[in-house]
Amino acid sequence: MFKYLKQLTSLVAMVAVLFTFTTESMAAKKSKTLKNTQKKGFVRCGVSQGLPGFSNADAAGNWTGVDVDVCRAVAAAVLGDANKVKFTPLSAKERFTALTSGEIDILSRNTTWTLSRDADIGLTFVGVNFYDGQGFMVRKSSGITSTSQFKNGISACTNIGTTTELNMRDFFNSKGISYEPVAFEKADEVVAAYDAGRCDTYTTDKSGLAAQRTKMKNPDEHIVLPETISKEPLGPVVRQGDAVWEDIVRWSLNTMIEAEEYGITSANADMMKTSDNPAIKRLVGAEGELGAAFGLDNDWSLRIIKQVGNYGESYKRNIADTGILPDRGPNQLWTKGGILYVPPAR
Amino acid sequence: MNFKLKDIVPQLITVLAVVLVFSFFTYNAQINMENRGIDFGYGFLSQESSFDVQFSLIEYDGSHSYFRAYLVGLLNTILVSVIGIIIATILGVIVGIARLSPNYLINKFAAFYVEFFRNIPLLLQIFFWYFAALRALPLPQDAEAMFGVFFLTIKGLYVPAFIWQNFNIFFYSITAAIISIIVIRAHAKRVQENQGKQIPVFLISIGLIFIFPLLSFLIGGVKLSFEVPVLKQLATTSFIYEGGVSLPPELIALTLSLSLYTATFIAECVRAGIQGVGKGQKEAAASIGLTPNQVLKLVIMPQALRIIIPPTTNQYLNLTKNSSLAAAIAYPDLVLVFAGTALMQTGKAIEIVSITMFTYLTLSISISILMNWYNKKIAIQEK
Repeated sequence: MFKYLKQLTSLVAMVAVLFTFTTESMAAKKSKTLKNTQKKGFVRCGVSQGLPGFSNADAAGNWTGVDVDVCRAVAAAVLGDANKVKFTPLSAKERFTALTSGEIDILSRNTTWTLSRDADIGLTFVGVNFYDGQGFMVRKSSGITSTSQFKNGISACTNIGTTTELNMRDFFNSKGISYEPVAFEKADEVVAAYDAGRCDTYTTDKSGLAAQRTKMKNPDEHIVLPETISKEPLGPVVRQGDAVWEDIVRWSLNTMIEAEEYGITSANADMMKTSDNPAIKRLVGAEGELGAAFGLDNDWSLRIIKQVGNYGESYKRNIADTGILPDRGPNQLWTKGGILYVPPAR
Repeated sequence: MNFKLKDIVPQLITVLAVVLVFSFFTYNAQINMENRGIDFGYGFLSQESSFDVQFSLIEYDGSHSYFRAYLVGLLNTILVSVIGIIIATILGVIVGIARLSPNYLINKFAAFYVEFFRNIPLLLQIFFWYFAALRALPLPQDAEAMFGVFFLTIKGLYVPAFIWQNFNIFFYSITAAIISIIVIRAHAKRVQENQGKQIPVFLISIGLIFIFPLLSFLIGGVKLSFEVPVLKQLATTSFIYEGGVSLPPELIALTLSLSLYTATFIAECVRAGIQGVGKGQKEAAASIGLTPNQVLKLVIMPQALRIIIPPTTNQYLNLTKNSSLAAAIAYPDLVLVFAGTALMQTGKAIEIVSITMFTYLTLSISISILMNWYNKKIAIQEK
């Protein structure tokens, strides 16, 4: 009998362990993402596996890009240091599961805001940090200068698990063109296959095309066709069910855009404290109590501007100066002919 | 009483533990999904998938359902597994026997092949065949025709399509040939058992499998013509072949790497099986006057197979499961189409991953059952 007593004890121990797990996860649920982040000391941010201009790691493992800057802004606001971010590179396929399962707290990975994603799968989009649209890239030597020259049997390389696959079908169907979709899991393999001549065209968001072109053997041999076949508003995403965290991420992004509107840069932010304009004073924390609503101090937005810079600085540093898309197009402030327009911080 | 308790208690505890662990995970998943606003359900399977797939054995486009997309992926997985298993087995048997060859060159070449291909990670080999070997292939417009009708290009292998007239008659002739071969074999076995006479069954079989279809062409009215692929220009420098059948390079690269890799393991199983048969068996067989061919066919192989089959079953299972690496090179298998695109578009992670896991489980168990049945069939019949 003693032998079985031992087995029984181990079983009881196992059950006890299971229960502790359960109670722990129940307790963790009640606490907010913010509390966890402050306890850990870093923001957990999901990014791409390497898209120049948006999220790309250099040889030393330093991440740069406009998507990366959103996470850095949140880290500056919440933890006081824009470098306290842990980046997790994710494939298009993995990204939402990583966020909903709690592996990351912000997904800032050139992700298109659509109704079904927002409503269906436990996600909340907090804003748009890049207005994009899907386009096509072809070899210059093919002589194609417009999508109207596409013919039956064309093969198109792209990524799986993106809106691209759906738009592509809509586009070719509406034109009545039969096509061969060749869909890879990773962007690097799409580029390699297209570059090798496997496909006649490469389709993804235009910003992606411009960025990936820089990775090709001979970038000058390829052109991006002028047509845009879809709307792709890209923006950061958070898990559903934590309204405070959602607000923090939304307003960190908004702060960067509004700072540009008022001409506040990382260089002049401190001087702006003595500005006559109350809107500017609020943004640099010299007036009002805006941080209190999130449980943050009053300098949260000042830190974002000082450490990360305004949206214009981020765009120039990551996308314009790297030669990816020198022209800001729709991603210009509403005051300058673009469509960047954020609610006021007050 | 004590005796029974001793029997039952460990069983009960095991069942209880399994149930507890499962209910814990289910409960945990339920709570967390509810918490994050994720619905659970398989209703999405009947919704329109709205994405296209490159290569499909059944009719499919984006207007079909997610379930249809699942079938497309499943059939593609089965296709690559079946072709892979056939090629790997043939190659594995040849190499396995070659490794035991007294010929130094053949022996060493086989050994080199085995050591080379089994010691490089499979994913790397897939990348090699797809990206390195494929890159070296010509563009469609530069491709040289092989035998005038095959075109191997970077966009795939284009082969002529068969266009049949009265295909059913041809099909019947093949069936008739197979049935008569089975009858003749049974007859030959009886003759040998009763009279000791040997009938050259192999030669007769080969003859029949040629003569019957030939007759169907000559007098059955069967006609076969070929549709040869023709080059078509899409743009100044972009071409494809139209007509005929095109095999995507993804399928070719995947089949090639899977079979070359798995064949090395099968070769080792074959070698072990043959070496596992006692030397005395061979000598005894030779001493009663059997030819070397007969020794291999009648004495060595039947005994070796019993050693070869169980580990080879494992290799078949491995090949089937490894085919999921297809996702890396855009071959639309179950993982890429269903656990990839469909998962992304619907966000139903738990549902889709569970279906995919269950599917692979079913596939593997089917192969196991089939191989176990074969293994039992060739096992020693104790009298």
